[in-house]
Amino acid sequence: MGRKLLFEHITKPGIQGLEGYRANGGYRSVEKALKTMSPEAVVEEVKKSGLRGRGGAGFPTGMKWSFLAKPPGVPRHIVCNADESEPGTFKDRYLMERIPHLLVEGMITSGFALGAESGYIYIRGEYFYVHRILERAIAEAYAAGWLGKNILGSGFDFDLHMHIGAGAYICGEETALLESLEGKRGNPRIKPPFPAVKGLYDRPTVVNNVETIAAVVPIVNDGGEEYAKIGVGKSTGTKLISAGGNIKRPGVYEIELGITCDEFLNSDEYCGGIEGRALKAVVPGGSSVPIIPGELFLKTAAGETRLMTYESLSDGGFATGSMLGSGGFYAYNDAQCIVRSTWNHARFYHHESCGQCSPCREGTGWMEKLLHRIENGHGHMEDIDLLWDIQRRIEGNTICPLGDAAAWPVASAIRHFRDEFEYHVKYPTKVKDPDHFAKEPFKRELKASYA
Amino acid sequence: MGATIKAVTTREGTKPFAFSEAALAECRSIIARYPAERSKSALIPILHIAQSENDGWLSVNAMDAVAQVLGLKHIEVYEVASFYSMFNLHPVGTYHLEVCQTSPCMIRGSEKIVGHLSKKLGIQPGETTKDGMFTLKTVECLGSCGSAPMLQCGAKYYEDLTPEKVDAMLDAMRAENKRQTYTDR
Ligand SMILES: Cc1cc2nc3c(=O)[nH]c(=O)nc-3n(C[C@H](O)[C@H](O)[C@H](O)COP(=O)(O)O)c2cc1C
Ligand code: FES
Repeated sequence: MGRKLLFEHITKPGIQGLEGYRANGGYRSVEKALKTMSPEAVVEEVKKSGLRGRGGAGFPTGMKWSFLAKPPGVPRHIVCNADESEPGTFKDRYLMERIPHLLVEGMITSGFALGAESGYIYIRGEYFYVHRILERAIAEAYAAGWLGKNILGSGFDFDLHMHIGAGAYICGEETALLESLEGKRGNPRIKPPFPAVKGLYDRPTVVNNVETIAAVVPIVNDGGEEYAKIGVGKSTGTKLISAGGNIKRPGVYEIELGITCDEFLNSDEYCGGIEGRALKAVVPGGSSVPIIPGELFLKTAAGETRLMTYESLSDGGFATGSMLGSGGFYAYNDAQCIVRSTWNHARFYHHESCGQCSPCREGTGWMEKLLHRIENGHGHMEDIDLLWDIQRRIEGNTICPLGDAAAWPVASAIRHFRDEFEYHVKYPTKVKDPDHFAKEPFKRELKASYA
Repeated sequence: MGATIKAVTTREGTKPFAFSEAALAECRSIIARYPAERSKSALIPILHIAQSENDGWLSVNAMDAVAQVLGLKHIEVYEVASFYSMFNLHPVGTYHLEVCQTSPCMIRGSEKIVGHLSKKLGIQPGETTKDGMFTLKTVECLGSCGSAPMLQCGAKYYEDLTPEKVDAMLDAMRAENKRQTYTDR
C-alpha cells in the first residue's frame, strides 16, 4: 500500500463535517502556520517539498508563489481552480465531495502564506451539489473561527467564498477563469501580464488547482522535506489519478509518484487490468495529452519500465511519450476505434473553443468535419495529411494552450495509428457499423515507425 | 460557446419575469461576496437563480431582470448568457436529460444510452417531447468518467447507466413530474 497524504482519512465516519475532520487532525496546518510560522516560512516549505501544480501543467508551486507581486496597499487574492473539465479528470470532485474541509484548510494556510485578503473557489457549474457541500463546510469554518477576522488571535484576516461557473471547459484556463469570475465571457487574456502581477480585479493573484492547495496541508504539517521523500526526482509526493475507460476498477486513486505504469494499470490496488479484452491505447493525463499505444505506456521506446512521474511519462517526447497532465487516465481495449475516439476529441475541442483565435476556432471545426468523414467511411487518403497539416497550424498559434490541447490528440492518433485511419479510407463499408472493431479487433501493421 | 454561437431569442419569453423575495435575498447575499464596485462578478451565479425561477431557461425578460438587479447593460448579460452551455436560451422540458458523450464516456457505452433514450422518448438530441416532459441533450465531460455512462438532470448525476436503469429513471420521473433545476438542494 502506498502512502496516502490527502486520502488518509477519507473513509472515516463524519469526515465531511468539521467535527469529524477535526477529530482526525484537521486544521492543524492552520494552527501551525498562524501560531508558529511566518508567511515566508510557509512558502519556503512549499518550495522544499518540490510540489508541482496538479492542474495539468506541473509548474513548481513554491516558485509560482514567490512570483506574487506585493505592491503596498493593494489587496491580493488566492483563487482555487475547481473547474475540472479536462475529459477523463474527476479527482477534484471526489476530494471536494468527500473531504471538503481539506480544501478549506488548504485555502486558509495558502492564503496566509501569500498574504491574501480573500480567496475564491471557482467550481464548474455542473458540480452544483459539490458547491453546496463546500458552502456548508465554509459556513462551519466561519462559525468555528477558522475564517473571518483575526483567525486564532494571530491578526490574520481571511475571507473565503464559493463561485459557481456555468459550463465552459475554457474557464479552467486560469485567465479565462478570472474573466469568468469577474462576470464576463471566458475569453483567455493575453499573457504577460501574468495573474501574479495582474489577476483578479487587476490585483496580484495566485491560481492553483484543488489538489495543489490540498497538498499544502500535509506539506505544512510534516514539513516540505518529508513530502519530498516520496517520489522520484522532480516528481515528489503523491498524485491523485482518476482512472476510467475499459479497466476493471475505475475510480480515484492516490498514488506515490514513481510507481510503475504496469503496477498502476494491472494491480488490484488500482485499475485491476483491462476489462475482458486486450489493451490497445492509453491517454495517461486527460484528453489533451498525446494518446499512446498500450505497449508504449508500459515501456519507453528504449525498452525501460515506464513510471508514473512527470518525467518518465514524457520520456521520448511527443514521438513516443505522453504526459502526466491532470492525472485523467483512461485506457482503451481492442474493441475501440481510435478514429472514432479522435473524432470525438476533436468535436469536444471545437465545442469548447472560445472563438477568439482563428486557428483554434476554425481549425478545430475542420478537424471535426474531416474526422467525421473518415470515421463514417467517406474519407480520402489526402484527408489524413490534411488533418496533420491543420493540427500543426493550430499548435503554438493561439492565445491560450487550448489550441495545443486540440492539436495533440489528433497528431498523436495519426502518429501512432495511421494505419487505422487508412483502413477507414480503404474499407468504407466495414466501418459503417459503429462497433466495427468489437467483433474483430484491428490488427496494427505499423509497429516502430513513430513519425 | 464561442465556436458555436447561440442566438439570443426574442420569439419566446414574452411572459413577464420577476424574482421571488427569497431569490432576491439570495442575490443580495451573493453580491456581498465580491468587492462593492465589482458586483458584476455575481452575474453568473444570479443567472443560475433566474434560470431556475423561469422554468429552467433564460428568456429575454429574465435576463433583463438580472441586468436590473446588477445595474448592468442588457448586452452585458446576453453576451455572458450566450457563452455558457448551462444557460438555456430556449424552453426545456420538465426533465432536461444531459448525457455525457465525450470519449471516456463513449468508450464505456454512452452512444448506446443516447440511442436508447432517443428511441424510448421518440426524440433526437436537442429536441423536447411533445408533452414537454423531457428534453434530451448531449453534453461534454461532466467529471464523472469513472462512473460512465452517465447523465445529469438538474443538480443530480445518474451514473453507471444501463438501459434498464434508464427505463426505471424515466418511469420515476414521469410519476414524480416535478421540474428539476441546477440550483435544487
Ligand atoms: C484549456 C485549459 C483548461 C484547463 N483546465 C483546468 C482545470 O479544469 N483545472 C485546473 O486546475 N487547471 C486547468 N488548466 C490549467 C490552468 O490554466 C492553470 O495552469 C492551473 O489552474 C494552475 O494551477 P496549478 O499550478 O495548481 O496546477 C487548464 C488550462 C487550459 C489551457
Ligand atoms: S467523459 Fe463523460 S463524464 Fe467524463
